[in-house]
Amino acid sequence: MNVGIVGYGAYLPKHRIKVEEIARVWGADAPSYKKGLGLREKSVPALDQDVITMSVEAARNALARSGGVDPREIGALYIGSESHPYAVKPSGTIVSEAIGATPAIHVADFEFACKAGSEGMFVAHGLVKAGLIKYGIGIGADTSQGAPGDALEYSAAAGAAAFLFGSDNLLARIEHTFSYTSDTPDFWRREYMHYPQHAGRYTGEPAYFKHTIGATEGVLERSGMKPSDFQFAVFHQPNGKFPMRVGKMLGFSHEQMEAGWLSPTLGNTYSGASPIGLSAILDVAKPGDKILMCSYGSGSGSDSFVFTVTERITEVQGLAPKTRYMLEHEPIYLAYGEYAKFRRKIRKAE
Amino acid sequence: MSSARAWREYPQRYRYEAAVCDQCAKWFFPPRLVCDACGCREFTTKAMRRTGKVLTYTVIRVPPAPFKDQAPYVVAIVQMDDGPRLNVQVTDFVDGQLKIGLPVSLEFRKIYEEGEAGIINYGYKAVPV
Repeated sequence: MNVGIVGYGAYLPKHRIKVEEIARVWGADAPSYKKGLGLREKSVPALDQDVITMSVEAARNALARSGGVDPREIGALYIGSESHPYAVKPSGTIVSEAIGATPAIHVADFEFACKAGSEGMFVAHGLVKAGLIKYGIGIGADTSQGAPGDALEYSAAAGAAAFLFGSDNLLARIEHTFSYTSDTPDFWRREYMHYPQHAGRYTGEPAYFKHTIGATEGVLERSGMKPSDFQFAVFHQPNGKFPMRVGKMLGFSHEQMEAGWLSPTLGNTYSGASPIGLSAILDVAKPGDKILMCSYGSGSGSDSFVFTVTERITEVQGLAPKTRYMLEHEPIYLAYGEYAKFRRKIRKAE
Repeated sequence: MSSARAWREYPQRYRYEAAVCDQCAKWFFPPRLVCDACGCREFTTKAMRRTGKVLTYTVIRVPPAPFKDQAPYVVAIVQMDDGPRLNVQVTDFVDGQLKIGLPVSLEFRKIYEEGEAGIINYGYKAVPV
């Protein structure tokens, strides 16, 4: 049985803040941050946006591209995020209710640092493949946290992408998957803490690069494919530099990675990052194209997927807002004070 | 708003479910029991399309307590393409963009939170198309 994507959709908030504006407040050198991180600005959620609101909009966009799937036929909905609005109360129930998929649906919220979105995709497609459900949705969404003045503050961004999986009317088939996991303590947030901590440079070589390379080489070996067989590749994007560097180490070219490389102006959308990159690739893909996607989540693990785009892609690309359009169309730039209010970094009277 | 009341309104707040008169096809949002046009008591539930136009608007500068962090904010009457008129907040517009006749669509947003520890109430706001 062929299993794959029946509908896809992303959602990006309209607000942005530039690296210069953050650096100005903390007395940091903006050009060196821009060069070091390879990014210029990042998205910021408004006060009335969170993982749930962005997931609803991304899921609605996925349904708009589904060719009329009845939401009541969706048997599972999984949201991966490290910024679920509630500590106890699922995000997924609200999203399922909003898209009209309740009550005959299995729902769970996943957490695995930046990999939680691809986990949701992995499990949803697996249940379709097992024949337990007709359709399943996997969503990656985050309004990620970065401590004021920390290097993470320059990149921690917001966005969501949703993928509806099924076994007929596919716009992209899933050919192979592979996951690569180990206990690698490079980034964490303890309960009740507002901001995560990270192990600095250690988040690179033994963490991001090892797992991304492990999962990509694993899926290439399983599929018997080589980098030059792909039209597109997208990797997790904690900053502007890492995805391009790991891609080149693996043998992918700049041209293969450009369509899904959003972090220079979007920032790091954590659980949303590689899924939103995949949505931007699907916006421009042609029938027959091969796509490689590989996520990375600290702690650590990577999920890789090989997709083949079908003829149906050209019918659905225009049925919902395209990801690059949402990234580039009339962004609203914030000063640091407004940003601090939006991100609730200001302590107020009780 | 109590969480029980919010929960009763989910079909409208989350999915824009309206009542359409079986006799004269007039749309009601929120739904009502008797059609004010023809007196019919039979309705079919349909989800409104999310698109409409700003009919008129005002800026709230002195808001009720749960909305104080959002001030100043815009509240508009939006003429939905399916007929009903909504009293709704408008957000995400750029300078000079907001005017009567502006095409908008409804997006899922937080409306307000019952304090730091309470329930979060979600619903719709209008944004420029």
